[in-house]
Amino acid sequence: MSRNGPLALCYHALFTAFMLAPILVVCFVAFTPEGYLSFPTDRWSLRWFYAIGRYPEFISAFWRSLWLGALSSAIAVAFSVPAALAIARYRFRGREAMTALFMSPLMIPHVVLGIAFLRFFTEIGLGGSFVGLVLAHIVIVLPFALRLTLASAVGLDRAIEHAAISLGASEGTVLRRITLPLVLPGLISGWALAFINSFDEVTMTVFIAAPGTETLPVRMFLYIQDNIDPLVTSVSAALIFLTAILMVALDRLYGLDRLFVGASR
Amino acid sequence: MSAAIDTTPASPAPTADTRDARAPWALTAPALMLFVGVLVIPLAMTVMLSFHDWGQYKGIEPVFILKNWREVLTDSYFLEMFGRTFRIALYVTVLTALFGAPEAYILNRMKSPWRGIFLLVILGPLLISVVARTLGWALLFGGNSGLVNKALTSLGLISAPLPFMFTETGMVVALAHVLMPYMVLAVWAALQRLDPQIENAAVALGAGPFTVLRRIVLPQVMPGILSGAIIVFALAASAFATPAIIGGRRLKVAATLAYDEFLNTLNWPLGAAVAVLLLVALVLIVVGASRLVERRYAQVFG
Repeated sequence: MSRNGPLALCYHALFTAFMLAPILVVCFVAFTPEGYLSFPTDRWSLRWFYAIGRYPEFISAFWRSLWLGALSSAIAVAFSVPAALAIARYRFRGREAMTALFMSPLMIPHVVLGIAFLRFFTEIGLGGSFVGLVLAHIVIVLPFALRLTLASAVGLDRAIEHAAISLGASEGTVLRRITLPLVLPGLISGWALAFINSFDEVTMTVFIAAPGTETLPVRMFLYIQDNIDPLVTSVSAALIFLTAILMVALDRLYGLDRLFVGASR
Repeated sequence: MSAAIDTTPASPAPTADTRDARAPWALTAPALMLFVGVLVIPLAMTVMLSFHDWGQYKGIEPVFILKNWREVLTDSYFLEMFGRTFRIALYVTVLTALFGAPEAYILNRMKSPWRGIFLLVILGPLLISVVARTLGWALLFGGNSGLVNKALTSLGLISAPLPFMFTETGMVVALAHVLMPYMVLAVWAALQRLDPQIENAAVALGAGPFTVLRRIVLPQVMPGILSGAIIVFALAASAFATPAIIGGRRLKVAATLAYDEFLNTLNWPLGAAVAVLLLVALVLIVVGASRLVERRYAQVFG
């Protein structure tokens, strides 16, 4: 395979700059010592990071997002594993339609889902509640969990299970000692991808979160709607640092391109 | 912001175990019950809601009328807003295809450590909250205090700040940035399936680099570009946070207008009509485009 020419590398540098500029600018401005939006020129300051501590709404929203993501992703994975095994192993009427239904939250605009959930939860008395948020988030992250668990369920070599059965293992033992350990990597990455999507979700959540149940992205969005000041840049910068760490970990664990594309390779 | 490249997972023919007809239903029952209860029913309720009546003082009245639909489909305000939504989505799609596809090709030709590093740099932003990414654009170009505007003004290059906030151009650029990774990813995935020997064969037969690109590489990655374009278009047309932050309260797209009707005006039935129309239009466009792409390329690569 031939190498990239100087022109191609130039283009690549510009492209990378375009992709990184808005993210880096947030990180830089967060370190400003001034009381207004500006680049830190001669000295850097952490004052706006300390300021996050004096604004408890951001802190509580962060923990809520973390719990919401962890919980809804775990439940989504728990629902996906049996569904993935059924879709991978059985040929039954409605199999295609069912898969399409489970994947449909990817296709439906999140603003439509937000409206649908707002109406539904208000009618059944779950409006603005954390339970409502969890239910809604399970639905929107299940496709991600299902896609990765399905990929590992499809790739599973059934001869290993048959060997275990012929050696006298019971069905429960096969599930516990053979099947689950083999789909575990797909399960973990499915959970991670689901978690990130739940954690970052803003469009749907902004409809169904009430002042006491706002998630971090929703709190940030509503804050920016009012005014943009260094405080929201330091919150964003902290979020970017955390995401970057998680990203490198995920890349090492599974490979980012594989995580996003699914198991097409 | 969440979507993915493969909406239909690879599912080879299932093996064995077709004896027990009830097992698959038992296994999928929990997820199925959840999806019917918390997805199908709420969506059906939203469709019903769009036919209800609403008044400032009487609130929502559960009757069946076509008032909201007539308003959404004929009022010039809504036509203009939907026009803007799909125009922005189209520009964003073209921009990402034009700039993302060459970048994916360059990435694919990189050597081992760099390739992984830059793939991480370019796909990584997908994991960062869209609010934080859009905030960056607001910091760069936001009115008089925007850092790029300030720098350009102090250098004497421009006399007035570049218009970015509250403009369609601003929305298009910011959305292209937010959705670019999806395009790079789609083209990247197509490039992975490409056999480098074909390129080498073309070179050996005397084709120049430009001819190889145009006659060999481009036709093979076209399905990737098109599937990326469908994803980007759908996400751009239904985007909410970025248009809301860049467009402010003045410049509305379908998603931000529906939000306004629901949480400010409180005219839920009208907001539901806007949202359902957006959903229907998108499903028609996406399904139609996917059919076209499949038919076009099934003959070539089938």
